[in-house]
Amino acid sequence: MNPAIEGRSYPPTAPYLVGREKVREFAKAVLATHPTHLEPEAARAAGYADVVAPPTFPIVVTAATLQQLLDDEEAGVDFTRVVHGDQRFSYSRPIVAGDELVATMTVTSVKTLGGHSMVTSESAIADATGAHVVTATSTLVVRGDE
Amino acid sequence: MSALEVGQVVAEASYPLTRDTLVRYAGASGDFNPIHYRDDVAAAVGLPGVLAHGMLTMGFAVQPVVDWLGDPGRVVDYQVKFTRPVVVDPETGAVVNVVAKVGAVDDEGARIDLTVTFGEQTVLGKAQVRVRPA
Repeated sequence: MNPAIEGRSYPPTAPYLVGREKVREFAKAVLATHPTHLEPEAARAAGYADVVAPPTFPIVVTAATLQQLLDDEEAGVDFTRVVHGDQRFSYSRPIVAGDELVATMTVTSVKTLGGHSMVTSESAIADATGAHVVTATSTLVVRGDE
Repeated sequence: MSALEVGQVVAEASYPLTRDTLVRYAGASGDFNPIHYRDDVAAAVGLPGVLAHGMLTMGFAVQPVVDWLGDPGRVVDYQVKFTRPVVVDPETGAVVNVVAKVGAVDDEGARIDLTVTFGEQTVLGKAQVRVRPA
């Protein structure tokens, strides 16, 4: 794990089009039962254009930013040694089916502690108009040699 | 929202997980790390068994709050630390319990604190949901 990547930003990801069936599939997978996640009628009745993604859905969108980090040879992150330390989602508005989302990741912190490294990154997710939707912040713990 | 009192339980739920739950989450999320469905791989890397994805636990732990609010758009911030694994037995599965309590109330809404347990132990730390008024 290379501490010099602290502060590094990566190019915006290719647009991710949020599909209605993907939202429903993800909602069922996280055992969500609220009708706004599953039924377009219920979502519209609540004032949304289509089904609303569950709060942790941005993790699907950040698969692409995680891949950028893993593909960065200078970062030197060995995925087989990675453990998820913490995760946060800070919303400006909920994600709704039909949104086209782009994520831009910055590595905000790299720390080494007792042979382990902790890398914290922020992925700012914006819609097609460029407006902020949600920021996903995650810390990965990369275990050192034992 | 101003009627809420700190310490008040606003929602609770119990989630039985099976290996099927993990496979479904793997497919929906795209996280195909085999420690979440293969006993041999989990054992080879020194784990006590196949583990639930941390993001699966984070994903369902907020659902009682969404149901209580009646509008997922009122969740404006959600964070957790992954502190202990949830081992999912191939035959008996695992049961994870969630209790959501009011942690703080202010002008911008409330902070709901989640206690998420598997067996006798908590599996998430600092699991906090910021919710805005309707």
